[in-house]
This record gives sequence, structure tokens and C-alpha cells, in this order.
Amino acid sequence: MELLHSIFIAPFIEMVAYPDFLIQVVWEGFVAGVLYSLIALGFVLIYKASGVFNFAQGIMVVFAALALVSLHEMGVPAWLAVLLSLGIMAVLAIGVERLVLRKLVNQHEAILLMATIGLTLVLKGTGELIFGGEPKPMITEELGLPTGSTDWEVFDGIVIFQHIDIAAAVIALLMVMALAVFFSKTRIGRALRAVADDHQAALSVGISLNQIWAIVWFASGIVALVTGIMWGARSEVSFALEIIALKALAVLILGGFTSIPGAIVGGLMIGIGEKLFEIYWGTLFGSGVEAWFAYVLALIFLLFRPQGLFGERIIERV
Amino acid sequence: MLYREAGQFKTSYAADQALLPIVQDRIGLLVILVLTFVLIPMFASEFFIGTIMIPFLVFALAAIGLNILTGYAGQLSLGTGAFMGVGAYSCYKLTTLFPDINIIILILCSGIFSALIGVFFGLPSLRIKGLYLAITTLAAQFFLEWCFIRIAWLYNYNDSGAIEVPQRTLFDVAITGASATATTRYLVVAGLVAVLTLVAANVLRGRIGRSWMMIRDMDIAAELMGIRPLYAKLSAFAFSSYYCGVAGALMVFMWLGSAEVEVFDINHSFLILFMVIIGGMGSLAGCFMGAAFIWVLPIVIRGIPSVLGLDVLAATTQHINNIIIGVLIIFFLIVEPHGLARLWQIAKEKLRTWPFPYAST
Repeated sequence: MELLHSIFIAPFIEMVAYPDFLIQVVWEGFVAGVLYSLIALGFVLIYKASGVFNFAQGIMVVFAALALVSLHEMGVPAWLAVLLSLGIMAVLAIGVERLVLRKLVNQHEAILLMATIGLTLVLKGTGELIFGGEPKPMITEELGLPTGSTDWEVFDGIVIFQHIDIAAAVIALLMVMALAVFFSKTRIGRALRAVADDHQAALSVGISLNQIWAIVWFASGIVALVTGIMWGARSEVSFALEIIALKALAVLILGGFTSIPGAIVGGLMIGIGEKLFEIYWGTLFGSGVEAWFAYVLALIFLLFRPQGLFGERIIERV
Repeated sequence: MLYREAGQFKTSYAADQALLPIVQDRIGLLVILVLTFVLIPMFASEFFIGTIMIPFLVFALAAIGLNILTGYAGQLSLGTGAFMGVGAYSCYKLTTLFPDINIIILILCSGIFSALIGVFFGLPSLRIKGLYLAITTLAAQFFLEWCFIRIAWLYNYNDSGAIEVPQRTLFDVAITGASATATTRYLVVAGLVAVLTLVAANVLRGRIGRSWMMIRDMDIAAELMGIRPLYAKLSAFAFSSYYCGVAGALMVFMWLGSAEVEVFDINHSFLILFMVIIGGMGSLAGCFMGAAFIWVLPIVIRGIPSVLGLDVLAATTQHINNIIIGVLIIFFLIVEPHGLARLWQIAKEKLRTWPFPYAST
């Protein structure tokens, strides 16, 4: 009885009793969710266009952010550092397409996944070798990102909004909108969608797969850089981020591998869900449930809907 | 050249079904066994045995576990480290609960617990497959890791949160704990690994093993031919986790001596996956080759700067090591997706037809 009460009744009483705290928790979860969504977005872009499950997306985020910070440390102005890091991501995209993807065309997707795990190791080793392994602070102010916070008085309490979090949410929204326009209005975007639908059909109407893959890896490199900046501004840039980025995999399961809206909704669900769970139910399990909540939620979810929220229905033929 | 089966006729079904039908293979195995059980314990240094041979054998066993699941049954798993942890922690609990029972029996029993956990986390495989499944095994990885930290009962409520290996003897010779020599520990590990490998080889070519391969090659077709996916998949998870669990128990009891959660983290899951990829998916010999390669390579790379007289930081060699392993993984996937085991097979094939480039039939 005691247990049932603490699972089903006590947390809700607490939520209603302190609504300002609830809003704060939901907001924190929302921002974390936005960042998960951004990482997941990078995955989805590549998966849709090339069928490669890019395990290296997490390390690409770290790599891009580290490149940016290290360039700035060397005395490069912030705006130039951003451009140069974009350049690095472009080189990376072309390199990956030339040296890895092109040779692995038409392989089983598990093989491609393992190749990206190999790529993860290469990027991690290179990153640590060039930029050093220690955490670095993000150059938030130099990039013109807002700092500080706003208090919002509500329900006899205050809710604190960090400006950087608001900026993160806005930038994420803008980026998703930009991607949506890019996919539906531009020539390359339409080619990308054609490739996502059917590789062979796209080839037969004259779309170059190699070119498209390089572009799409670059696009997710841009997403990685933005994610890295946002994440770095909230905490710091370090390789520990890579493990957190794995949570985006759970987001993908929830949203479906091929759906951009799925990545966003899934990310927000997991971000908010894990914060609420940690705060209101976490004490029942001992703390630290954030480490596995996302995966277990995804696992349970999969049992009922194997293709995710918005994923394409899986049809199997012999 | 030397490796030729010409003149070796099989005159009975038993000879036809033998595990190693060719004489040269049997001689080769004998040489390896003599090397493992006689020459290395006699001549190798304690250091070599303790830091290279024992970890190599432990990782080879874990790689066999993962290979059963990924290479033979086609279910990609990223949770190997956690299943090894289950074996290690349950072995630790068993030694505290039953101090009088022989440690080797306990190590073998601890695999049963990880098999049970493996079956539990294998349940989603009945409904989902491929990449989605790979991600659900991450759930096992992180959830179990959390359990190892939070459930204090697992490490007997000690303050450090680590599990310490008690002293145990076999025939009055210390085989675990601080006073056991590396050579005795090595012999125990080698014996267990040899027996378990033999069991695996026979299971894999038997009915169960073939049903796993059918599921891997095309699950729907296998189902139509009367393979039950429920039994095939879950038994693959059980077998695989059993091997991983025993490997985990051996790792802590015979190699490390004490362990914290970090030993079973996701990086170790990946390490073992790399061993399987580089060694060769769907090959037992490949597990040993992969484990030897991945374990010995960093040691060699670490040694190179001092040989050349360069002054390089330890961290730098670690990074270079990461890069090299990553490049090798990609290289193998591109050039030879079946890994070192396949290269070995090609070499044997060449020897068979030597001096001709290919066999005339």
C-alpha cells in the first residue's frame, strides 16, 4: 500500500502542490530534449539518405565543438572559427564518403553500423590527439549567444529560464524549419528525398549518389556543430558527451529511424520524461535513473510499436 | 603444400563427422595445446602470462560469447560488458554465500545467472530485429551498470563499491586471490576456455547451432522450415550470455583480482565487438585471432616509441592506438568482412592448391 501510494499518488500530489517547481522541471527536461532531438536529427538525416546508421554522430558533435573551441584558443576570431569548423566538417563528410561509404555500398546495414563505430574510434583518437582530452569551456559570449537568466513569477514561486536555453530552443526550431525548406524547396533537397525513397530510381534519373551522400554527411555535420555549441554552452565540451549522445539512439527508436518530426517529438518525450521520472520517482529506485530511463522507455515502447512513433511500417517479404 | 587432404579417406560416418577431419588440423591443434599447457607455463615469464595470456584468453571467451549471438545467430548486441558484469557479480555473491564449494564450479554456475538475464533482455528480439535490437541491448548495458552501482547487496555493502576476490584453493593450490601465481591462474583459465570452446564448437555444428544460422541467414524462411524463432533466438541469447558471464567471472577472479563497475562499461562491450569483427563473424578460431590482435596491438604500439627511442606520452599512444584500431575495423569491413579467420582460410586454400593458382576439378 505504502509503495503503491508512493508510485501513483504522492508524486502527483507533489506536482500539484508546487506547480512552479513542476514547470521548472518540465522546462529543464524540454531543453535537454531539444538537444537530444538535435543529435537524433543528425542521425535521421544520414539514415534517410544513405541507409547508414551513423553511430559516429555523437563523436561528430564533440569533434565539431572541440575544433571550434580549439581554433578560437589559437587566436582565430569566433566567426572565422565557426566557418573553419564548418570547413572541417565538410572535409570530414567528403572523406567519409570517399574512403568508407563508397566502398561499402550495398552492404548489410549491420556492417555499415560497425564501420561507423570504427569511424567513431578514429574521430575520437584524432580529436584527442589534436585538441587534447581535457574538457574545455564553450566560447559562448564570443559567439554572441546570450547568457544570464530571467525569473518568471508564477503560482507564488519563481521559475528560472536560462537565456542560453531559450536560445537553444529557438535555434533548434529555426534549424528544423530551415531543413524543412531545404528539403522541400531546393533542387538538392528534392534530390535528397528522392535518394531516401529509392536509391536505384534516384540513380536512374541522374542523381549522383556519391554527391548526395557527401552533402548529407555535411548537413549532419552542420547539425553536429550547432548541437555541440549548444551543449557546450550548457556544460562544457568534453568527450563525456559521447556517452550522453548515445541517448539519442533511444530517441530514434521512439521516433522512428526515418522521421524528422519523430526525432523531435521523441527527443522532447525522452528529455521531459526522464527529468520528471528522476525528480518524482527517482528516489524509489535510488538516484541516477537518468542513465537508463531513456533506453528502458524505448525498449518497452518497441515491444508495442516496433517501427517507432512515425517510422515507416516494416513490411517483410521472403 | 604441407596442408593437403589428398590420400586421407573417410571410411566411416564418424570420421566424416569429426570435428577436425584433416590430419594436419589435428596436428596443428595438438601443437597449440602443447604450446598452451606445457611450453608457455614452463618457459614464459610471470609478467607475460599475467598481462598478455590471461586477458587474451578471457577476452577470447567473451568474444566467443558475442560471436555466438552476433556472428552465428545474427542478433547484434552492444551489451556484452554488462553480461560479463552479471557473471562477475554473481560469482562474487556465490563465493560469499557458499564459501566451501569449489571456485571453478561457482565460476561455471555464475554463467547461468547471466544466461537468465540474457534471456530476459533477449525477449525484445522476438519482436524487433536488426538495428532496433542493437539499441535495446544498450538498455541492458546501462540498466545493469546502474544496478551494479546502486544495489549494494551485490558487492556486500562494502564502502569502496568494488568486488574483491577471496582466496580459494584447488587441491591445496591457491588459484584465486593475492597469493595465487599467474601460472596457476593461467592454467585454470586455459583449461576452462579449452573445454568451453570445445562445447561451443559442438553446439554450433549441432542442431541448435544450425538453427541459429538459419535464423541469421533468413529468419522468415527458417520459420517456414520449422525452426521456432522463440527457441532459437532465446537459446542463442542464453548461450551467448553464459559464455560472456563465465568470461566476466574469470576476468575478475583470475585476472584483475578486484573490479569496479568501470570494468564492465560500454567501452568493453565495444572492445569485444571489435574483436569479433576483426577476428571474423561466425568463426570460433576468429575469436581467438581477434582477441589476440586487439589485445596485443596496443601493447606493441605502446612499445614502439621506447624501441625507437622517442619520448611519447602514454596518452598519445593511446590515441594513436584508437585511430589504428578504428582504421583497421573500417579496412577489414571493406576488404574482408569475414575478418582474420577468412584470411587464414584463404591461406589454407592456397596451400592446398599450391603450386597452382586454383584447384582443377
